[in-house]
Amino acid sequence: MTHDPERPQGRSAIEQLDRDPASRAKFLKALGSTGAVAAFGAVLAACGSSNASSSSTTAAPANPGSSSSSSPTDMFGKGDLGIAGYALTLEYLEADFYKQVAASGKLSGKVLSVAKQFGDEEMQHVKALEGTIKKAGGKLPAKPKGKFPLKDEKSILKLAATVENLGAAAYLGQAGRIQDKDILAAALAIHAVEGRHASILNMVTGQDITPDGAFAVPADAATVLAKVKPFIAS
Amino acid sequence: MNTTDYANPELAAVEIHGMSRSAFIARGALATGAIYGAGAVGSFVSQAFAQGGGGDVDILNFALTLEYLEAAFYQDALSKANLSGDAKKLAKEIGAHEKQHVDALTGAIKKAGGKPVAAPKVAFPLSNQASFLKLAEAFEDTGVSAYDGAAPMIKSKEVLGAAGSIVQVEARHAAAIRFLKGDDPTRGAFEPTLMKAEVLKAVKPYIKS
Repeated sequence: MTHDPERPQGRSAIEQLDRDPASRAKFLKALGSTGAVAAFGAVLAACGSSNASSSSTTAAPANPGSSSSSSPTDMFGKGDLGIAGYALTLEYLEADFYKQVAASGKLSGKVLSVAKQFGDEEMQHVKALEGTIKKAGGKLPAKPKGKFPLKDEKSILKLAATVENLGAAAYLGQAGRIQDKDILAAALAIHAVEGRHASILNMVTGQDITPDGAFAVPADAATVLAKVKPFIAS
Repeated sequence: MNTTDYANPELAAVEIHGMSRSAFIARGALATGAIYGAGAVGSFVSQAFAQGGGGDVDILNFALTLEYLEAAFYQDALSKANLSGDAKKLAKEIGAHEKQHVDALTGAIKKAGGKPVAAPKVAFPLSNQASFLKLAEAFEDTGVSAYDGAAPMIKSKEVLGAAGSIVQVEARHAAAIRFLKGDDPTRGAFEPTLMKAEVLKAVKPYIKS
């Protein structure tokens, strides 16, 4: 097997990119022409690329030298465990939302079956994340009690779209912070499904399937937690 | 192999030409999708990159090859598949996204000091709207699996962020196409990745370089 002649050159350039903030800025700028710069900037912000003030050890195995600054996910645990706890909290809310939607009797036909299916998939995310946290010896976060305005079909579907778009952005916002490759793979497998949910709900509510165009925009934990706060009763 | 043995005969009929490593892996990914279904593509891709030991530029070039393929597919579909209504609208919108992915990846590879691969020569079995929807579904699902399979191999957080940003859009495309086609918008609660040793064995001829 012959090696790609591009590779050694490319690899050293990537390494250089990692070291050199100026070339990283240029790298981001190059993507700006296509509209990805906002997504990249937000990913970097979500990654907390500066102010690595926390010197405490992380519960999950972390790469030495990787900077992980403090994040709101720390309230759910250190490192990957905190991220999993944060994701689980969001999944609890999503699952509760769909449960309340199904019980409300406000949906019928095709949209009801879609809501039931999506709710079932959120429940599977809940179970998977609970399993991951328990296996890693972590503590499950408190189950939030959701309160959602469930007025009529139109507003419910709109809220569902908002919830799913936020969920997808939340997972994307954490991808760069996850240290463990298996947890990253699991998060990515869930992330894409949240994106699928969001796409369909956007479609049935007459919105663009990709509200941010060709590049999805991540949301950091502080933003997401602030946005879901009105939906948490206790 | 008879076409009835394929999980996804549409993918099996797509031809990708080119001698780059990216073209080989892309052929392998499509072959995996054709034989085992799109769910197997992720594990094929992650194993191919784990074996090759390639860096981020290698992965970006593979992604670029797939995006070239998708962009060409939608362009082709709009000119010869007699699309109308929602299918036509979606094909236009999605095709424009894929072109932006091509541009972004090309820029990222150049800025990283790598050399972007050339667009592969491709041929699609496209004749009407039904064949378009079938193939679009297979492509988008394959794309999601391929990105999800390669992403954990990515070293740079910036590149990982870009891949994540793109894969979410591919997933949104996949769901919309599936919904329009009358299929389930998801492939279960988790994007499927089948960890099968035989997957890699079966498609090894395609990734020889």
